Amino acid sequence: MKKNIWINLGFQAGAFLLALLITTLILIFAGAPPLKAYGSILSGAFGSQKNLIAVLISWSPLLLTTAGVLITFAAGLWNIGIEGQMTLGAIFATWGLRLFQDTNVSPALIIAIGLLFGMAGGALWAALAGALKTFGGVNEIFGGLGLNFVATALTIYLVFGPWKRPGVGSMSGTKPFDEKLWLSTLPGTALSPWGIGLSILAVIVVFILLRGTYFGLKLKAVGKNMRSAFMLGVPTWQYSMFAFLLCGAFAGLAGAIQVEAVYHRLLPNISNGYGFLGLLVAMLINYQAIWVIPIAFFFAALNVGSIQLQIVHKMDSSFAGVLQDLLVLLILLGQGARERLLKKA
Amino acid sequence: MDNVILIGLAGVLAAAAPVLFAVVGETITERAGVINLSLNGTILLSAMSGFAAAYKTQSLLVGFLVGMLVGAIVAFVVAFGSIALRQSQVAIGFVLALTARDLAYFLGVPYMNVPGPTLPGLPLPLLKDIPVLGTLFFRQNAITYLSFLLILAAWIWLFRTRPGLMLQGVGERPAAAFVRGANVNRLRYLYTIIGGAIAGLAGPAYTLSIKPGWMGTQTGLDGVGWIALAITIFGGWNPWRGALGAYLFALLQWLGLVLQPNLPNIPSQVLQVAPFPLMILTLLLVNVGDAEWVQRWLASMPDKTRRLAVKALRAMRASPPAALGTTFERD
Repeated sequence: MKKNIWINLGFQAGAFLLALLITTLILIFAGAPPLKAYGSILSGAFGSQKNLIAVLISWSPLLLTTAGVLITFAAGLWNIGIEGQMTLGAIFATWGLRLFQDTNVSPALIIAIGLLFGMAGGALWAALAGALKTFGGVNEIFGGLGLNFVATALTIYLVFGPWKRPGVGSMSGTKPFDEKLWLSTLPGTALSPWGIGLSILAVIVVFILLRGTYFGLKLKAVGKNMRSAFMLGVPTWQYSMFAFLLCGAFAGLAGAIQVEAVYHRLLPNISNGYGFLGLLVAMLINYQAIWVIPIAFFFAALNVGSIQLQIVHKMDSSFAGVLQDLLVLLILLGQGARERLLKKA
Repeated sequence: MDNVILIGLAGVLAAAAPVLFAVVGETITERAGVINLSLNGTILLSAMSGFAAAYKTQSLLVGFLVGMLVGAIVAFVVAFGSIALRQSQVAIGFVLALTARDLAYFLGVPYMNVPGPTLPGLPLPLLKDIPVLGTLFFRQNAITYLSFLLILAAWIWLFRTRPGLMLQGVGERPAAAFVRGANVNRLRYLYTIIGGAIAGLAGPAYTLSIKPGWMGTQTGLDGVGWIALAITIFGGWNPWRGALGAYLFALLQWLGLVLQPNLPNIPSQVLQVAPFPLMILTLLLVNVGDAEWVQRWLASMPDKTRRLAVKALRAMRASPPAALGTTFERD
């Protein structure tokens, strides 16, 4: 047993090094000095207090989306629609703030309403994907993807149409909200302790739910073998639906935090790939909730660090994506290789 | 006026070619029992690298070949990960869809907005002068003709030849195919790679013909691969029906462009996503017949209506190859 852990670690380290090797070759191929490139990613992420804060800001939504997809993965669902769920969260949060901004409801309450609206919006969009699957036989991958594109179009429609800023609508989003409606942040930054706190709380909730509750056990039973779970008396489609709703609510909260703490307005592409990145993190940690916090931090650091790469080396910041994708791909392949080798031994 | 519409429709046939390559390639792959979910990334990476290769060598042929090579390599990773290493096809395919996309954007920077070669038109002598049909079918370019031929070739191979029968067997009942002497996993490798190579034509068909050039994220190809995957389902894993889906998709996009000036209140980005709700709707129509509540609802209908409804639902229904997405072990 103990030996297995070491072999396991060995394979993961091997996969990590191989991913690094391949990305290094890609950098050389693209004509960038690899060491300098990695160096500027590191300094881009940790080189200054400002950069570190940027990492923490993008850590928060990633924690929420990863926590969300851990639930849907446990139920055996590929919730690719999470990008759209986050977007709907942002739209609904904006809607909530707009509804109450000119009333005399206290700002703190409006902010809370906005967060709740966001969760409801994300859950609604997830419920749509869930209903399409449960009642329409539409695979959640395609239902979710389609809804992602619809959500983006809806944002653009709102930003250029009914919610356009005074004058002409633009890609830079709606008119920023009044400062009293901003989620309180550390002075001079867009980092909200509330956002970080709620995100970590979400991870803890998911960890407990999947590890220590009867509910989590049944959810995993649905994910492993829906038929047997049904035979054992688990109401299967209700459980799948609940997984969608919970994941959607987390994603929606992530969207709402982007609106209330980071951008203070609705803008196109507000989900910014955090949903897909959450799926990648979940796969990388082999769906073990305990690893979400550090690995999501690492991925957020890569994202922020690669912006520096773009500035200094004129390389596209999609490099972070390349590194993250290859890492997950090789970890998956490494898992397969290990299982195969151990079986033979 | 007629002429304008005809030329527009001929444009639709050309615009559908890349989607058609992706759909037919995926149909072949899935018929063998493997889902290649990476299609969206395959198209973007083959689009960028095909364009870059054609730009550097000034040879269109090299561009298309490089696109096919890229498609084959990505497909090989899907096959290797799922067959040899028994990982989830969906997981590997999804990660590859992102990997290939990000690689395309990262490596494509030097080729952004540079003028490259484009495929010239190739009107076929004599045939081009046939009224109506000539304009529609015979004043296209080489890659569009290839897309026409591919539908026919794929259909013949799948349904009219012995190896094609074996291919279907590998996807439907691998154990039975194995008993009949098929090397199931080798055939799956083969058809995944061939399907990937065909899908790899889709990228260069855009960047060297339909939408010339590479513009990074502004190229506007992100999403096409997912649509192609949905059309494969809509097509019921049959090249003809898949082609119909690709043409309908291209037709809708064209209508969107034509109607845009009449709908000034709707931003163009909104019309561009119209295919996606339609994709959901078609998948719903294809699948909903099997849902429990539909069955119950049908049972409560008067006989005559029910027969009609069942017929309609059955005409649209499509069942995947029985062993799609599963692994095969010989024992």
